[in-house]
Amino acid sequence: MRDDINKLEPVIRAVKHEGRAIVLELGGEIDMKCSAKVKNKFEEIYRDKPPVLVVDMTEVEFMDSSGLATLVGVLKWCRINGSELRLAGLTKAVRNIFDICRLESIFQIYDSRAEALSQ
Amino acid sequence: MKTNVKKQKSFTDTKIELRICANPDYLRVARTATHDVAQVIGLKDNEIEKITLAVVEALTNVIRHSYGGPCDKPIIVKLNKINYPDVKKAGLEIVIRDFGKQVDPENIKGRDLDECKPGGVGVHIIHTAMDEVEFTRGDDCGMQLRMVKYLD
Repeated sequence: MRDDINKLEPVIRAVKHEGRAIVLELGGEIDMKCSAKVKNKFEEIYRDKPPVLVVDMTEVEFMDSSGLATLVGVLKWCRINGSELRLAGLTKAVRNIFDICRLESIFQIYDSRAEALSQ
Repeated sequence: MKTNVKKQKSFTDTKIELRICANPDYLRVARTATHDVAQVIGLKDNEIEKITLAVVEALTNVIRHSYGGPCDKPIIVKLNKINYPDVKKAGLEIVIRDFGKQVDPENIKGRDLDECKPGGVGVHIIHTAMDEVEFTRGDDCGMQLRMVKYLD
């Protein structure tokens, strides 16, 4: 949180294929500034129609409701298209917003990426 | 805990004022300042996370709804340590003032969370994170949001 404002890490860290899953690694701060970028990345991933989509949020320092709205949109896409969305490694700051918005129960949330991939 | 202590005698120990552009690039500046002031005042870590989230949600609403999108118009954020010795209460008061569109404060409400759909939860987050929340119209234009979180 104390990095220089001009040296922020990109929010999209990597997209990896692991077995039948696609893993999207997010990081940094997901707010109004970059949630459109995240949404666009998910739309690229949709083209591959992955049976399992794992979002690794271990490196996410902060997420606001625009990020949450993006994830709700992804969940809806997954439900319509027969994919499974799994969220992994939610930090305390990220869990807060799920908790406040009472949305933990609608997502599959795993402590780690390894756990999400082993299901 | 919703407490109305506005009419009691208060003392402001700390007053920090930020003036930022209505641009998402500066959300981080307001969030960092809020985090640090809340920490200095002695709020708990889990409360600080929620307060900073409330500030970002409030500023995002200003940029989106009051100004209709990112622009170079100002938003003023005040961070005050407040103290009401008569009732032995102290905490953090945050005032966010914009100069954009005015709306009826009665119409600023969070949506029903039972419906699973993206967006529209910012006001709900603000009310959940803070002990007092008050939206008012500015004197000539814009809106003011006053939020308070008390120390336990």
